[in-house]
Amino acid sequence: MKFSEQWLREWVNPPLSTRDLVSQITMAGLEVDGVEPAAAILSQVVVGEILSAEPHPNADKLKVCKVSSGDDSHQVVCGAPNARPGIKVPFALVGAKLDEFKIKKAKLRGVDSFGMLCSERELGLSENHEGLMELADDAPVGADINGYLQLDDSIIEVDLTPNRSDCLGIIGLARETGLMNNLDVCMPDIQPVAAVHDDQVAVHLADLEGCPRFVGRVVRDLDMTATSPLWLTEKLRRSGIRSIDPVVDVTNYIMLELNQPMHAYDLNRLTGDITVRQSIEGEQLTLLNGSQTTLAAGTLLITDASGPIGMAGIMGGASTAVQADTQDIYLEAAFFAPIAIAGRARAYGMHTDAGHRFERGVDYRGQVRAMERATQLLLSIAGGRPGPLVDTVSETDLPPAIEVRLRAARVARVLGMVINDADIENILKRLEFDFTVDANSEDRAWLVQSPSHRFDINIEADLIEEISRIIGYEALPVTQPVATLSMLEATETQASVKQMKQRLIDRGYSEAICYSFVDSNLQQRLLPEAAAVALKNPLSSEMSVMRTTLIGGLLKALVHNQNRQQSNVRLFETGLVFHQQGGTENALSFDLVAQQERLALVLSGQRFPESWANSADRVDFFDLKGDLEALLGESGLTFKACEISGLQTGQSAQILKDNVPLGRIGLLAASVADEFDLRAPAYVAEIDLSLARRQYLPVVQEVSKYPFVRRDIAILVARSVTATAVRSVIEMSAGDALLHLKLFDVYMGKGIDPNQKSVGLGLTFQHPSRTLTDEEINTAMAEVVQSLASQLQAQLR
Amino acid sequence: MSDLDALRREALAAVASASELSEIEALRVQYLGKKGAITGQLKTLGQLPEADRPEAGARINQVKTEVDAALNARWQAQSAIAEAAKVQASAIDVTLPGRGLQRGALHPVTLVLERIEAFFHSVGFESVVGPEIEDDYHNFEALNLPAHHPARAMHDTFYLTDSLLLRTHTSPVQVRTMASREPPFRIICPGKTYRVDPPDPSHLPMFHQVEGLMVDEHCSFADLKGMITEFLRVFFERDDLKVRFRPSYFPFTEPSAEVDVQCVHCLGAGHCRVCSSTGWLEVMGSGMVHPKVLEMSGIDSEKYLGFAFGMGPERLAMLRYGVSDMRHFVENDLRFLEQFQ
Repeated sequence: MKFSEQWLREWVNPPLSTRDLVSQITMAGLEVDGVEPAAAILSQVVVGEILSAEPHPNADKLKVCKVSSGDDSHQVVCGAPNARPGIKVPFALVGAKLDEFKIKKAKLRGVDSFGMLCSERELGLSENHEGLMELADDAPVGADINGYLQLDDSIIEVDLTPNRSDCLGIIGLARETGLMNNLDVCMPDIQPVAAVHDDQVAVHLADLEGCPRFVGRVVRDLDMTATSPLWLTEKLRRSGIRSIDPVVDVTNYIMLELNQPMHAYDLNRLTGDITVRQSIEGEQLTLLNGSQTTLAAGTLLITDASGPIGMAGIMGGASTAVQADTQDIYLEAAFFAPIAIAGRARAYGMHTDAGHRFERGVDYRGQVRAMERATQLLLSIAGGRPGPLVDTVSETDLPPAIEVRLRAARVARVLGMVINDADIENILKRLEFDFTVDANSEDRAWLVQSPSHRFDINIEADLIEEISRIIGYEALPVTQPVATLSMLEATETQASVKQMKQRLIDRGYSEAICYSFVDSNLQQRLLPEAAAVALKNPLSSEMSVMRTTLIGGLLKALVHNQNRQQSNVRLFETGLVFHQQGGTENALSFDLVAQQERLALVLSGQRFPESWANSADRVDFFDLKGDLEALLGESGLTFKACEISGLQTGQSAQILKDNVPLGRIGLLAASVADEFDLRAPAYVAEIDLSLARRQYLPVVQEVSKYPFVRRDIAILVARSVTATAVRSVIEMSAGDALLHLKLFDVYMGKGIDPNQKSVGLGLTFQHPSRTLTDEEINTAMAEVVQSLASQLQAQLR
Repeated sequence: MSDLDALRREALAAVASASELSEIEALRVQYLGKKGAITGQLKTLGQLPEADRPEAGARINQVKTEVDAALNARWQAQSAIAEAAKVQASAIDVTLPGRGLQRGALHPVTLVLERIEAFFHSVGFESVVGPEIEDDYHNFEALNLPAHHPARAMHDTFYLTDSLLLRTHTSPVQVRTMASREPPFRIICPGKTYRVDPPDPSHLPMFHQVEGLMVDEHCSFADLKGMITEFLRVFFERDDLKVRFRPSYFPFTEPSAEVDVQCVHCLGAGHCRVCSSTGWLEVMGSGMVHPKVLEMSGIDSEKYLGFAFGMGPERLAMLRYGVSDMRHFVENDLRFLEQFQ
């Protein structure tokens, strides 16, 4: 909400500078978003009157005007379309300054010009630059514009929290300012307006919960050609609202001043009685802004015999709108319950000032006052003959006045400071809250009733908040909590995520954070079998479904880097992936979405950074596999060749730990790499993080003090024989003394059968309690060679 | 005898001019070896009269010792020079870069998260995490944000179905904890959160939060002030950092406070783009847990009080590391990330 500081000061005028006032408002809990001057800094700008406006001899769009500045007349060349004799406009004399801009004598297309006629934008009042700012007919020619328009003012914008809708009007801001400064608020004098005729419109409240009060009045014979006075239009302007006509201006003014949205109907376009009721699905309503709306059920409507004529508390209808030829109007000031208005405007894609107020709540006793004030103002501007004010109300359906019990001890306990009874009572008084001391209570307590404008006060905590706010948070003590010490649990059989991350950092990976929502098509290419969960309201198609794998995000990060000349990339991410498990798209529920934490890695480019000391080899499968072995520990870790969607066949594997599937690893399939626009091969892996974190509690085995013996052999086997197969044959046949088995060489190519490979193996033997004999080792090696031959058709080289 | 003198001079001169170690060895053989020239002089002793022999023998031995010493000295000197040359030849440029991989870097948001967690762990807060796809009840309802509550407009929400959504804050983790544990407890809930905000320099549709919650029989607004003030001072490593609590509104706390810190960029000097010259930076929301929220999770709000707070690690990372655009956090550009090594 934007408002003029001067306006607030008309109601309550604390001896504070603008800066201090603004800071006080902020610290009261009404955050000030911005303060700006109401106009540019102007000097030598006066009210001018255009005496004549002749066509410019050399330019079609320019006019040569004779302008009076009171004592003198000046020739001014002007291009504004509305420049015409008789109007009064802001006139910057030669030598005037508008902020930094200085007005000098000039020659425009060969004609001398002395000064400038100004638009609102040129004065820094608004962005309006359609034409000259037209001043009222009675504006005193020659008067300084600062004084005439009262421009020595600031526009303050407050960003109000939803609970403080009482401050969406000057009345609330003034109460708050009065409260903070212990000053009385000076309300305008609002008197009942006597009816001069008895015309009225019958009102039926068919939804008492949504609308328990509807105040109406007929005003006849208005002069719609009248213009609103400068003081009123300037206040509107400083709140960001343009002057339209007297009726709209007055209803807007009341909304800003008394925080009560109003609506005016053209009386002669109304048909029969007014009924406030709930909508029926499919009903049609054309709104004031011209939009044709098909109504859903659950919308509160103002209707007459013709059907819906307005969306209650949000926007009026076009069929009964006040127009230039309107003479007689029907004014409405109603109380619509927040629950009946909340969310409705948004559901129809709208936001209106009225809806904003009603959905947060307005004072349910403010309607009569608003009607009297509006009538009074309207009559003074546009004349007219008022009818009786008709208050259609169901008192029992208005929000109930709630009595809240406030305990001194509770205040002290919540705030951490004892506040004495007199101070509490004084604060309640300043808040205009009624209270009595609770006679039935042993400890000090009060029964408190808040006034109707503070409908946000419902429980004791609300009152404690008010007390703390008014004392000032700064005045409350600062202490450290005292609590029972207890240790945090930490299991050693789970690596922490922090540890896991650190292991990867140490191996050259950097951590990425990618969006959890991804491009549905791309993800489909990567992981076609996964059931992704879609967003109903995504920001874009590239962020339309929840990720089922972390790899997609990492590949996008890889592309981002490759496109920026960063080709050696090691990235990892941890985060949740989301899978739908059963159910249909429409019958999705919390329990049907699996949310699993994963860790993924991507690796591309050269093995080492380019350097004199490093090889320029490109990374391969075994770089990534080595990183996983370092991350997860080799014990119990196995890799099983496996076809995996998105990965290249023959270079992909399932990862298992103690025979439990943990994830997958492999070279990204070329077709997928193309989809992502990758420029180089990428190796990826993804594992379940909670499974991966499992680790063993170490159980130490004695280290043997006897010497070990190593024997190396080289065998020829078919290429299809895996290292795991060789290893298991040896481990089964070498006996208990085998300590290590190293696979130190694999060779394929020249010199051996193209279907075979040579494998170099180093076997280390050691006995825990004695020195092994040559004979024992020879026997073991013979057993190994024989088993390899019989089980894998291996030959010694 | 003149022979011996000549031999001595010749030998010493040869030793003095020998530079290679092999040359020195050869000279030793040449003069002092079994068939060496000086050794040979001893064999001529027999031709001398008996009476002259001792003196002549002594003279020969003296020359022999002298040449031997010269040879040894020369050997040592030359071998030291050779050693030095060898060392010099093997010298390397120690300023060349080392071999192998450089380490990677943690994401700056993780750095901040870990830091926040460490501070709160040190005073007995436990980290708790929860689902990112949440239901309406845990994200809103149980936090005193019923359907159509205007405060929901502050939470522009991604929906999966009418009642399933991406959590807009990590508060639902607090709800789940309150419902499943007996007080007293102290927890912090770090994690990803989501709001419908297109990415721009100060917004991301996905960002992180850390929320904290303490529920105990004695914990007051004054304690909340104390804990948050201390946290901000240790986080920013400034003992004198000014911290300001400003009344605000959150549906799940009452009283509620926004927490501002003195601008860590200009320290209140003004003309500052970071704080828009206000001197203050809004960094956290906080408050005493609303009694309704406690009650909805089955906690006796008469017996127990609670305080809660929440902050954005991205914002703290921006302030602490001078990051000017939030979008850097999701681009994963290595040139950005590796600055956090």
